[in-house]
Amino acid sequence: MAEIVIRNLRKDFGDFNAVEASSFTVQDGEFFMLLGPSGCGKTTTLRMIAGLEMPTSGQILIDGEDVTGKPASERDIAFVFQMFALYPHMNVRRNISYPLISQGMPREAVRKKVAEVAAILGIADILDRPVGGLSGGDRQRVALGRAIVRDPKAFMMDEPLGALDAEFREHMAEELRALHDRMNATTVYVTHDQLEAMQMGDKIVVMNHGVIEQFGTPQDIYDKPATQFVAEFIGSPPMSFLPFSGTVAAGAGSVELEGVELPVPQLREGARGDLVFGVRPEHVRLSDSARYRARVLATEYLGTTQIVTLESPNGVLKARIASDQPVTVEQTVGLEFNARTISLFERKTGRALVSELNEGVLKNG
Amino acid sequence: MSGYSITDPTRRQKWIAGTLVVLYALITIMPLLWIFMTGFKSPVDAIAYPPKVTFQPTLEGYVNLFTTRTRVAPEQLAALPPPETWYEAIVRNRNMVIAGPSRYGQRFLNSVIIGFGSTFLSVFLGTLAAYAFSRFRVPLKDDLLFFILSTRMMPPIAVAIPIFLMFRTLGLSDTHLGMILLYTAVNISLAVWLLKGFIDEIPREYEEAALIDGYTRFQAFYKVVLPQAATGIASTAIFCLVFAWNEYAFAVLLTSGNAQTAPPFIPTIIGVGGQDWPAVAAGATIFLLPVMIFTILLRKHLLRGITFGAVRK
Repeated sequence: MAEIVIRNLRKDFGDFNAVEASSFTVQDGEFFMLLGPSGCGKTTTLRMIAGLEMPTSGQILIDGEDVTGKPASERDIAFVFQMFALYPHMNVRRNISYPLISQGMPREAVRKKVAEVAAILGIADILDRPVGGLSGGDRQRVALGRAIVRDPKAFMMDEPLGALDAEFREHMAEELRALHDRMNATTVYVTHDQLEAMQMGDKIVVMNHGVIEQFGTPQDIYDKPATQFVAEFIGSPPMSFLPFSGTVAAGAGSVELEGVELPVPQLREGARGDLVFGVRPEHVRLSDSARYRARVLATEYLGTTQIVTLESPNGVLKARIASDQPVTVEQTVGLEFNARTISLFERKTGRALVSELNEGVLKNG
Repeated sequence: MSGYSITDPTRRQKWIAGTLVVLYALITIMPLLWIFMTGFKSPVDAIAYPPKVTFQPTLEGYVNLFTTRTRVAPEQLAALPPPETWYEAIVRNRNMVIAGPSRYGQRFLNSVIIGFGSTFLSVFLGTLAAYAFSRFRVPLKDDLLFFILSTRMMPPIAVAIPIFLMFRTLGLSDTHLGMILLYTAVNISLAVWLLKGFIDEIPREYEEAALIDGYTRFQAFYKVVLPQAATGIASTAIFCLVFAWNEYAFAVLLTSGNAQTAPPFIPTIIGVGGQDWPAVAAGATIFLLPVMIFTILLRKHLLRGITFGAVRK
């Protein structure tokens, strides 16, 4: 198992810049998520780590060794493809043993190793079946088997759950995470599903347009977004944004929206002009006494909680409140925000202002 | 009841369609059947009028096809020792003796060498080229592909004279190598285009998986892409073989003795000792067999090949 270091990695396809100078480190044994919308460069990054794509510039170190110019076959990495890419002309056993055969492992050892892996994945009974007739989940397990059989330095997974049914995906995600914990293998996992990333990852890199927006633990990324993009991409419903104009000074502990002072985490930098007040729905409380008022547009009942859509003087926002709290549409209510959790952004760049809340985690790119 | 349905035909529709298909098959198969039957007729039966459908079958046509014979006087024939073989006996009945083997066997062998040789070369080169065009960033890819296709934009025979002169200068006239190269040149564009279509349909991930699994690019091609492309390779091979096997015009123009293939040879049988239609028919029947067997062996691939890519999975 290995640590993977990415330094200023860049990839251009002709005139198109797919990945812009990115740097991050995947610790040994980490379950590392590359998260972003489609076309953001996450798969290209993964393929560069695996050696399927050569970077335009930058460096990739696996276990301290510079592998930037090496072909995939010499990097000792396993790759799980979105569509599984099982060799269709081979049965399950041959698919799993294929990487071992390429290493010239003796037949008896291959048999033993394949049986061992099949037992871990619970596919011992289908070893002699052709891969054509397998269910999605079994294909997924065979693809995983082919990846783990070699004990590679690291695993690359490109949306491995993307081709599965929604209900089965949940189950497979747990299985994957359990497998990772058992083997403690460094894993780089690409997904566009923020829930999957939060659920499974030790660390997340959020990418957009080839640029790394934020890099950190799921909690940090959720609670302390570095950019407006991250705040909106993560969370369901996403963070609400209330645009306002004004001036804030470094050291200030509140901002003024529509004449109402709203407390925020103490700012470490000042800013002026177009700003955005960001608040997660669960940090909004309805309170009759609060001075910041909004009108209820709609409510969605979700069982234990309900999502209330509100129209404030600064724009539409959502609140997640207990479902037993009575709310009627068109009613005007007062809003209170959990001050410690508020993020402020510059509207033009989308960058979060450094504050008491996020000063420890804000490292962009 | 709604009007017409392709997927769920009525009994009457099935009956009409079936009749049409059988009728068409009969019409198509009739000339072949006639040639096959003529091969087993005696020369008299072969030109009988009205044509005979029932007749006494004989192998005379086949014997004549593979032998050359000389006519001898009846008294000389009587002086000879009794015939040692059944074919000798057939020939004696016509007051002739066998002088030696005919050149049909050798011409047939030429057809096999040139036909299968050029098919192998077309498919081999075509597969490599198609793979490169499909997977790599080839400079001027579209122009090159168009250039390859453009070689098929006029009938090959239109360039017969330049090719004739070229072959004479290079010493390729009437050689196996020359004919193999010529048929390969004609077939290669078809092979590249057909195979590129097939290889495009094979997901890259298979090779990438093999690359990750520790195989070289060539091993990935050989062990993963080739088995996947078998259908395409088989149907391409059939198309190439059928062309090279049947080709007549270039064979007449460029070969005479050494490398002459069966198609230009078969008509020359007519001239040997009268209008020997049974021998011609026998020659045609035997000539048909290899392509028929080849096609039947690969027909599963051929059918899949024709509909390949038509349905997205």
